[in-house]
Amino acid sequence: MAIRKKPVDAVIVGYGWTGAIMAKALTDAGLNVVALERGPARDTSPDFEYPRIADELKYGIRGDLWQPLAKETVTVRHGIDDVAAPYRRYGSFVLGNGVGGAGAHWNGQLWRASPEDLRLKSHIQERYGKGFIPAGMTIQDYPVSWDELEPHFDHFEKVCGVSGTAGNLRGEIQAGGNPFEGPRSDEFPTPPLPAIYSAELFSKAAAELGYKAFPLPAANSSIAYTNPYGVRMGPCNLCGYCERFGCFLYSKASPQTTILPILAKRANLEVRTNSYVTRILRDSSGKRATGVLYIDEHGREVEQPADMVVLCAFQMHNVRLLLLSGIGAPYDPNTGEGLVGKNFAYQMCSLVPTFFNEDVQINPFIGAGAAGQRVIDEFNSDHFDHADAGFIGGSLIYAGGTGGRPIDQTMIPSGTPHWGSEWKTAVRKFYLHAAPIGTQGSVMSYRDSYLSLDPTYKDAVGLPLLRITFDWHDNEYRMAAYCAAKMQEIVRAMKPAHQDLLLMRPGDHWDTRVYQSTHTTGGAIMGHHPRDSVINRYSQSWDVPNLFVMGASAFPQNMGYNPTGLLAGLAYFAAAKIRDTYLKSPAPLVDA
Amino acid sequence: MNDISLSRRRLLFSTAPVAALGAAQAIGLAGCAKEPATSDKRTYAPTFFTAKEWMFIHAAVDRLIPPDAAGPSAVEAGVPQFIDRQLEAPYGHGAYFYMQGPFLTDLPPTLGYQLRYTPRELYRSGIASADAACTQTAGKVFAALTPDAQDRFLSALEHNKVILSGPPAAAFFAQLLQNTREGYFADPLYGGNHDMGGWKMIGFPGARADFTDWIDQAGKAYPLGPVAIDGARS
Repeated sequence: MAIRKKPVDAVIVGYGWTGAIMAKALTDAGLNVVALERGPARDTSPDFEYPRIADELKYGIRGDLWQPLAKETVTVRHGIDDVAAPYRRYGSFVLGNGVGGAGAHWNGQLWRASPEDLRLKSHIQERYGKGFIPAGMTIQDYPVSWDELEPHFDHFEKVCGVSGTAGNLRGEIQAGGNPFEGPRSDEFPTPPLPAIYSAELFSKAAAELGYKAFPLPAANSSIAYTNPYGVRMGPCNLCGYCERFGCFLYSKASPQTTILPILAKRANLEVRTNSYVTRILRDSSGKRATGVLYIDEHGREVEQPADMVVLCAFQMHNVRLLLLSGIGAPYDPNTGEGLVGKNFAYQMCSLVPTFFNEDVQINPFIGAGAAGQRVIDEFNSDHFDHADAGFIGGSLIYAGGTGGRPIDQTMIPSGTPHWGSEWKTAVRKFYLHAAPIGTQGSVMSYRDSYLSLDPTYKDAVGLPLLRITFDWHDNEYRMAAYCAAKMQEIVRAMKPAHQDLLLMRPGDHWDTRVYQSTHTTGGAIMGHHPRDSVINRYSQSWDVPNLFVMGASAFPQNMGYNPTGLLAGLAYFAAAKIRDTYLKSPAPLVDA
Repeated sequence: MNDISLSRRRLLFSTAPVAALGAAQAIGLAGCAKEPATSDKRTYAPTFFTAKEWMFIHAAVDRLIPPDAAGPSAVEAGVPQFIDRQLEAPYGHGAYFYMQGPFLTDLPPTLGYQLRYTPRELYRSGIASADAACTQTAGKVFAALTPDAQDRFLSALEHNKVILSGPPAAAFFAQLLQNTREGYFADPLYGGNHDMGGWKMIGFPGARADFTDWIDQAGKAYPLGPVAIDGARS
């Protein structure tokens, strides 16, 4: 028999970004809240303190802040008739763990979606005709608009002390910012840091070609800053230990550095770490969640009754919990029926390793996850005419490394041996003089790309692993080739001594061994109607109205932008509706 | 000059056969008060590796990162000690990896590592079967081959051109190369990257992690040498 805890008003599953956002909103409203986090407690001190955090092997390679795959991983297969194999070692993506989630060790690249990303299917059909969307592509609109989300994007940027330059202020295009962004109600809360050198060279080359490079929106505060909750942040010093590390300077926005300090003393919030949720419980009608079941730090099974359940785990884990709990019909790619697990998507990235002569001092170790980088947005979303391009979507093109970690981030020209004296000579010659210029591209959703429970492999407590069925499609190969050609043109104008190209080509399969992007999306998508989605516009389950599902699992397809800005905007949008309407009268917030 | 002589001594030590290793260890112990900079490495006795395996590791990593003018070799940098210590740590026992079966073979390599071997098992079985393959074809274990022959054998491992009785050759090679690079470039606290030699070779300032004064000096050479997590400078 499970231990039964005292009932609470709301239980939150996962204490990363959306968990922190929802914990604040619900405790603000006076609810008694329990937050369950599968990993350990983590805070800037002592967990991210200098100098111990400046340890590439521990954090950048072994991944001490990541989800331990030994306990739970996913399985992967390329096609719906293949057998899936476990993702045994980290490669293509890294999963968060512990308080703060992936928000503790992310880069801080904080983008909004483009307005047309939010109504992608309608936009594409209006501009290019209904036949432009190829067979098998299952994209759809978000059930929420730019205008509805904008105040929440703005608020989250202020919570995070985001450094950047506005490109579209209330409809007026601003010099130095992103001219393609949707109209924003306010400037970024902190100014951008100067460009690191590779980004400076990139910006000049882009300008020569007529493109408008701008500072990558960075949740790495550039100045001493106090956020709207009264939490203080410090200026980023481009330490080079950002991506995969916790920030010792209180510069990189994370739940720890922006929201959790004000929640720490709330009597109506209890955070239980090392608590692994295994199921959402429901009453006999199946229409009402009654709480969750979890395994506590001592290995005991515990029931936490609650009037409201909010899933705030990572995208994949939200979907797995719905499947393990039997909530909603699992998606079947053969029939197209069922919705849970549908429309899994990813991103497709290309890279131009760029090598300069010895008089060009790139200093790759000077960098941050986002600050100091520069980017162009000309070839992302629908910022250019796709009529003759033959694909949907696009990429941002960026310059500026996240650091020069020598085990993982040294670059040598293609064709150089990977060991021996030639390798040594090349590493020595190019380390200080090489820069990565990259694209980050969208991936559309498809009938054959989805999430389900694996029939064979289990986690440490014997529950089925989540299975990813995914591979690249022609639309994405074309998108990547198109954007990579634009990137190569810019790099040529930077006048390097040598440039290479890493690009997915038709026939290449998704390679889980090589890091690409942790921006996985979908599986519990949002929509206008229960026949096309798992959750409504307020992230509320159509099937179980006192269950809410936050995060990128809601995205009907993926974009060329990083997901955190959009998923935080959706969480704040949902939180406002829950506060203003749902808590007064708990019921479906959208008529089915 | 002192640096050069130290590195030459390390080089001599690095190529010494295992019988001389014991002698060097004894000398190192006796002389450790006089030579703290090198005593750790000279006195290090492997915990995981056997004497035969220790010879293989020394020989192999010193071909992967050989002694030359560019910078220290893997042995000079302490890579064998690094690997031995990592294999004794949870990492060596596979604690970071999903190790439940079934272990499927004949899958596309893009689905990643699918062997049942932990890193320890990969080394144990990989070294034994690599030495057996060398003995069969050349009549000598790997460590006794000429450097050129060692390079040819490593290249065959890398490209799966040799069949080992243990793990797939390329999987063993990939593990060895990854751990060699780690030992060469990780913070010295893990036993490798001796004197931060790997960092100095490329110009990486280590755990310095503060470039406030260089934010507005993009494009200028960075003047400061590396620091390690324990505060050591070089």
